[in-house]
Amino acid sequence: MSDPSRPYEAASPPDSGNAGQPAAGGLRAAAGAFAKSLGAAPWSAWFGLAVIAVYVIVAVFAPLIAPYGESEVVGAQFSPWSNAFPLGTDNLGRDTFTRLIYGARNTVGIAFVTTCLAFIIGGGAGLLAATVGRWLDQFLARAVDVLMAIPQLIFAMLLLTIFGTSVPTLIVIIAVLDSTRVFRLARAAGMNVVVMDFVEVARLRGEGLGWVVRREILPNILPPLIAEFGMRFCFVFLLISSLSFLGIGIQPPTADWGSMVRDNAILITYGDITPLLPAAAIALLTVGVNFVVDWFLHETSGLHDES
Amino acid sequence: MGNILTLVLKRLALGVFVLWIVSLIIFLGVSMLPGDVATEILGRSALPETVAAFRRELGLDLPLHVRYLDWLSGLLSGDLGNSLANGRAISELMGERLGNTVFLAAVAACVAVPVSLMLGLLTALYRGSLFDRLTNLVTLTWMSFPEFFVAYILIMFLSVQLGWFPSLSTMRPGNGFGEALHLAALPALTLTLVVAAHMMRMTRAAIISVLASPYIEMARLKGATRYSLIVRHALPNALAPIINVVAVDLAYLIVGVVVVEVVFVYPGLGQLMVDSVQRRDVPVVQACSLIFAATYVMLNLIADILSILTNPRLLYPR
Repeated sequence: MSDPSRPYEAASPPDSGNAGQPAAGGLRAAAGAFAKSLGAAPWSAWFGLAVIAVYVIVAVFAPLIAPYGESEVVGAQFSPWSNAFPLGTDNLGRDTFTRLIYGARNTVGIAFVTTCLAFIIGGGAGLLAATVGRWLDQFLARAVDVLMAIPQLIFAMLLLTIFGTSVPTLIVIIAVLDSTRVFRLARAAGMNVVVMDFVEVARLRGEGLGWVVRREILPNILPPLIAEFGMRFCFVFLLISSLSFLGIGIQPPTADWGSMVRDNAILITYGDITPLLPAAAIALLTVGVNFVVDWFLHETSGLHDES
Repeated sequence: MGNILTLVLKRLALGVFVLWIVSLIIFLGVSMLPGDVATEILGRSALPETVAAFRRELGLDLPLHVRYLDWLSGLLSGDLGNSLANGRAISELMGERLGNTVFLAAVAACVAVPVSLMLGLLTALYRGSLFDRLTNLVTLTWMSFPEFFVAYILIMFLSVQLGWFPSLSTMRPGNGFGEALHLAALPALTLTLVVAAHMMRMTRAAIISVLASPYIEMARLKGATRYSLIVRHALPNALAPIINVVAVDLAYLIVGVVVVEVVFVYPGLGQLMVDSVQRRDVPVVQACSLIFAATYVMLNLIADILSILTNPRLLYPR
């Protein structure tokens, strides 16, 4: 469909100025610069980082924080907020607060694993396509074009019908579908670096394909890839939540924010905001990650509004 | 002009080709299922003879390519097959729902496109101001919300507390236009809010990136006002990316429609698809995905062609 070499897809091409630096030194310098710019970060980035930190802590220590078991039925259905049940109980009499905490582990964890897998597949294929070029590049780029011609949610629903809904299939399906976006970015960014002299030198030196990809190209396209990781995570997270909300994502009795909204949505018509809390939890994390990505992009790519 | 025509025809051919591949994926994907439709309907305990007879009746004993050609020619003549769940013709199931979905998406688009283009222009005009930064923050936040969150917030305030709109959109064929609009108001508003934020940000970014070019500097130096700088000098060159974004977001509407329809129990195509996925009603899911994909491909195609028309430089590929 669309031409893969369109400039806007490489939203933030690597800074060619420091592209020649050796990988390790470049990384250390980048880490130092990162720490320095963190001090001058706007409040929105700090807010985002704080939100992410809280979510990680909650997800890791879920069993310690939660007052009850993940799918333990502890009271009557739809109990109101009380001392025993801080946020009431859900449609089956499970503690909403507990489910919310375990949801951090399940929903965020699954989205994170999916994003990592998408980056391994898409990033790997993209860099390979950029480095090897020729027919491999053409073949992969065309395949990705076709895959991207089908809307992601629809494609995911079709594949979930075919392969059934379980967590591993969910992760693999979403990862493969989302890797197409990563492929585009990795390929476009990689293409800019492949033509540089130091890559040519490495090749002439007789380095293998793996070495060239890992040591010469990857470090130089890392900033846009990291920013993309944040954005892809948000996207995957929202997609999985939407699928769960539709009842075809993460299946019960696993605590998950999307399906929690769906199960308790009836309360909203009585003016109770409890069902909105898991949705708000999803929104808050996405906002946090977006704020951090926004700041990170601003810092690393010189993508300033004013020229 | 002949140049443009060949280019458009080339894009059209490419679009048709992509659609064909999509149909292949949808068809072959389903035929990779461990069982097939016959075992799915009759259940595990069915006798092998019954299954064989049923397969023959459904034409499942024919080779794959014959079945594919059958399915494709059926599609092209408007026969989408029958639902597994209730045996009704899919085209009959879809008819009204397709209209409802198109109505919903059209209402949302009619509001979202002008509003977000205006806001994008205004924020580009007053960039750096408090208004710009506030809009930036609000839209970034808004974009991070899942559709169902936006939908339930709207239900909470506009339906439960204020009682302006119904929280369930029970569309019926007999509804007049005004009534249908009232019923579709909340789902349409949800969709609008979801796409408008993105569209507005991209419009702003497109204009600002054009503002960096030297000819804008020239216009500024010769004393053009801020307004004419943006509207007369920057906008025409930013049109191609803006059209692209509008089309992509309209295509996104098609997908966003699925979640929103479920929230409001709006009788559209998305709702039908979700129900069918839960029931594993494969033919209906196939048909729905094909329609969604075709719309998506078509919108992207239109975007491509329009951006070529607005930007003559694209006529000469590098």
